Amino acid sequence: MHRTKIKVAEDALDANQTIARANRDDFDREGVRVVNLMSAPGAGKTTLLEASLSDLGDVRVGVLEGDVQGSMDADRIAGLHIPVVQLNTHNGFGGECHLDANMVRSAIPDLDLSAIDLLVIENIGNLVCPAEFRVGEDVRAMITSVTEGEDKPLKYPLMFRACELVVVNKVDLLPHLDFDVDRLLANIETVNPGAQTMLVSAKTGEGVAEFRDWLSGVPSRAGAVA
Amino acid sequence: MHELAIGSAIVDTAVKHARGQRVTAIDVRLGRLRQVVPDSLAFYFDIVSRDGPCEGADLRIEHVDSSLRCPACWCEWDPAPPPMATHEEVGADGPPPLPSFRCPTCNEPGKVLTGGELEVESIEISDEAPSETATPETQLT
Repeated sequence: MHRTKIKVAEDALDANQTIARANRDDFDREGVRVVNLMSAPGAGKTTLLEASLSDLGDVRVGVLEGDVQGSMDADRIAGLHIPVVQLNTHNGFGGECHLDANMVRSAIPDLDLSAIDLLVIENIGNLVCPAEFRVGEDVRAMITSVTEGEDKPLKYPLMFRACELVVVNKVDLLPHLDFDVDRLLANIETVNPGAQTMLVSAKTGEGVAEFRDWLSGVPSRAGAVA
Repeated sequence: MHELAIGSAIVDTAVKHARGQRVTAIDVRLGRLRQVVPDSLAFYFDIVSRDGPCEGADLRIEHVDSSLRCPACWCEWDPAPPPMATHEEVGADGPPPLPSFRCPTCNEPGKVLTGGELEVESIEISDEAPSETATPETQLT
């Protein structure tokens, strides 16, 4: 038996990147800007979208909901008369804990890209895995909530580093918690210097206008992030 | 558990370069800034490589330390936290502050030099034909 060594030097996720670029080309062709929104489960992704998406002015928005199973989130978004497509990783994707470029690609035919300017991809709730997989987005944003602890940026630096916006949600609960917002912001700054942050409460509406403005601004930032 | 998807991606990459032959070893470079658990990766690799050209291949993981460079003063540092200190070492002042991704001297955000790797560096193939049951596309999903 003869053994031969072959030099490869290839990123293991190269195939995902190639598909992500194809998605990006499809989105660009239709002039759709794409946000990949990530967080731990229960941080308030869907609630923040409910609070912000119904009033985006001229920006026509659509949502791609990623979940392991169920359509609870998509039903909530559909209730706002916003076009939404549910993607379940339980169906044909082995119940994966994140969305990857191929999963998003499979959902593109169900999205009427000509009818929207902005697509928000609500990733699966998970602070680790989604950070590894580009899906063809322009920008990545995440939500961390004040019930999660100030140390999360230090424990999950990959996710906090992957995002250019970190939304701190549930600030209405601060009076009831031993939570130090300044320490959280310092920890975000430690792992992702210069990252944009905003404090919001999707429940009371505090800070939501700022998030809405940020979302509305995404279409004009074409090509800001490769 | 993204190690499952990454294990599949490593198998796919190796198969693509194996010219239809059996893969006996895969060398992977894994940076410290990637949150990939090596034991978990090895566990899933064994599963996703079953019944394919990579079955039984030796997955060799080389760990790459992280390093950043300051774009202003060109100093280099490692932003990875040091190994966990024992209770006695921590002392009354608490643990030392974690290293930042900003330059310790001039405060500029550092550029990642190393530590982001998730790379199939090389594979070793055998001229022995893959077993009859081998199918290149075998995956868990």
